[in-house]
Amino acid sequence: MTRRTIVALALVAALGPLLFAGPAGAQWPGVTPTEIKIGNTNPYSGPASAYGTIGKALTAYFKKVNDEGGINGRKINFVTLDDGYSPPKTVEMVRRLVEQDQVAFVFQTLGTPTNSAIHKYLNEQKVPHLFVATGATKWGDPRNFPWTMGWQPTYQTEGHIYAQYVLKNVPNPKIGILYQNDDYGKDYVKGLKDGLGEAGRKLIVLEQSYEVTDPTIDSQIVNLKNSGANVFYNVTIPKFAVQAIKKSHDIGWKPLHLLNNVSASVDVVLKPAGLEASRDLITALYLKDPTDPQWKNDQGMKDWLAFMQKYYPEGNTKDAFNVYAYTVAQGLVHVLKQCGNDLSRENVMRQAANIKNLSLPLLLPGIKVNTGPTDFYPIEQEQLARFDGERWALFGEVHDAGKK
Amino acid sequence: MSRGQGWRRAIVLAAIAIACALPFLLSNFRLFQFTQVFIYAIALLGLNILTGFNGQISLGHGAFYALGAYTTAIMIDRWSVPYGWTIPVAGLLCLTAGFLFGIPALRLEGLYLALATFALALAVPQILKYFEHWTGGSQGIVLSKPGAPLGLTLSPDQWLYFVTLGVLILLFVLGANLLRGRTGRAIVAIRDNPIAAQAMGVNGALYKSLTFGVSAAYTGVAGALSALAIAFVAPDAFNVFLSITFLVGIVIGGLASISGAIFGGLFVQFVPNWAQEISKAAPWAIYGIFLIVFMYAMPRGIVGALRLAGARLARFRG
Repeated sequence: MTRRTIVALALVAALGPLLFAGPAGAQWPGVTPTEIKIGNTNPYSGPASAYGTIGKALTAYFKKVNDEGGINGRKINFVTLDDGYSPPKTVEMVRRLVEQDQVAFVFQTLGTPTNSAIHKYLNEQKVPHLFVATGATKWGDPRNFPWTMGWQPTYQTEGHIYAQYVLKNVPNPKIGILYQNDDYGKDYVKGLKDGLGEAGRKLIVLEQSYEVTDPTIDSQIVNLKNSGANVFYNVTIPKFAVQAIKKSHDIGWKPLHLLNNVSASVDVVLKPAGLEASRDLITALYLKDPTDPQWKNDQGMKDWLAFMQKYYPEGNTKDAFNVYAYTVAQGLVHVLKQCGNDLSRENVMRQAANIKNLSLPLLLPGIKVNTGPTDFYPIEQEQLARFDGERWALFGEVHDAGKK
Repeated sequence: MSRGQGWRRAIVLAAIAIACALPFLLSNFRLFQFTQVFIYAIALLGLNILTGFNGQISLGHGAFYALGAYTTAIMIDRWSVPYGWTIPVAGLLCLTAGFLFGIPALRLEGLYLALATFALALAVPQILKYFEHWTGGSQGIVLSKPGAPLGLTLSPDQWLYFVTLGVLILLFVLGANLLRGRTGRAIVAIRDNPIAAQAMGVNGALYKSLTFGVSAAYTGVAGALSALAIAFVAPDAFNVFLSITFLVGIVIGGLASISGAIFGGLFVQFVPNWAQEISKAAPWAIYGIFLIVFMYAMPRGIVGALRLAGARLARFRG
């Protein structure tokens, strides 16, 4: 053998795999025959670190999936990084995930400002930006952002549902609003106003806001009572929801009290506020509340508890975020299974936009996940519930914002 | 030229040469990180002029950083101003704002000034939300990354890296000239002994306000560059923690040192990431340990330690 042939053979050996790589594997970033690499950011530190449990529960769920053999023989490698809820950090971390770690796609990045910061980047890079963890409305815009998809019902959808309920059921409604002064609060208010329509807006007698850093909202509640409102639209996070329920009860204000889903947890909000004071609250739900006794013997809830004990024992089994994470992880697993052996970014997106009537164990009965090429809002159904002093009693039909 | 100065010049030139070569060696992601380092370094030099050289403690420089960032974002988003113009405008606006803030701050010394500036840092995110019409409220403003001008085959990351590097060198040269001359001696004299400085004919009030203005201008320019690099601004990016981070950066880098700002920038950018690599559960505890170790081993910052090492080496040789 001449030296030249040896060199040529060596070259072929070195370059061969590059030239002749089969259709599976190499050309899809983040995918090997044994692994799918998925990127995520969560606020494990900083002002929003209460949400960090979502990232931990997702990690735990993917461990369970891997223990059970993975998806089509591939294990999930879930790379989750802390962004401290700071948009510049999110940009840096997501760029690291895409450019350095070469993840197949990004999943469940948390927060509205943080996702806004990476929205354009991921769409330019054509990296799927799946099931973002925020209730803002802008994530379901396949025409301008074909690589981004939301997950949960939007805050505006929920506001819409309350507006319909008030218009149908309350004679002479006078609506008082308390909302958190940020995008979350404003989205809820916008949903309600849109639902009320031009004429209905006059029904709002007073709007009060608070900052998330405020110590108390007592004076806002007193103002709302004095405005003569008979409907109280309560758009607050748990800490303030407890105060609002307690205070309005203490000062003898008994309006129709619409409590946003964000604070609907029985153990975290209603018990501290007082079960008697919480009676007759109305909210809109789409997930089963782990602290609601009506689900005690529900198979889905039992499986979830078993999962929590085995894979995330330090997690709080009263925290609805852990139910949320479990459910959205199941949604992703469904999409990946549907992808079969084609895990190209295009196909991941195509399958994410092709979920048909998927039921998941911890969604309320009758609520299904649906997407399509022009429908990037996976969960659009919610059902109203009234608190009977012990549990959320579901009533009425399942509202579907997808059916206009 | 003394031997020390020659060495210093050689090191600076070598550093610039390495910095110019990096874009052709590193990935775009790494370049983005180094762009951030330079941006932090500019902001840190600004704060160092105020705190290190002039002795006024500020816990509120995040506010000027935000002002600079929003100036750029609003000018590009609302009026489609070419991004290059927005950087000097952001600097001038922050110069004015800093000067004006510096006037009432004259009555406040030391810790009291720290508290007043801290209030500024606290207020900024809420003020940004209040002027929603301009700032986009908590949704923020999304920008496009500027591309390289025609004829240059650079990626947007490479181009932005060079822009930032250019601004950094310009501002560092200006800063060095300012601080090593008459003005600099006056600024330092006010820190070391305000009464003696006044007796020497230094107008303390004017110098302090001007120092505040210049310091804010540097930080504002850094903010403007950050808006371009991140291509997004939102109130959540400018919380109190940012201001504290700046203070950490100048102390770690070396108070009253110009090159310290670069080391501070490296620390601020990379150490939180390393901390996260070491422990996902408690990254800030690891960061805290890093801080304590740094302060224990190098009480005068990284530059202080390097100087000490240099002096020892010279004595050993000499």
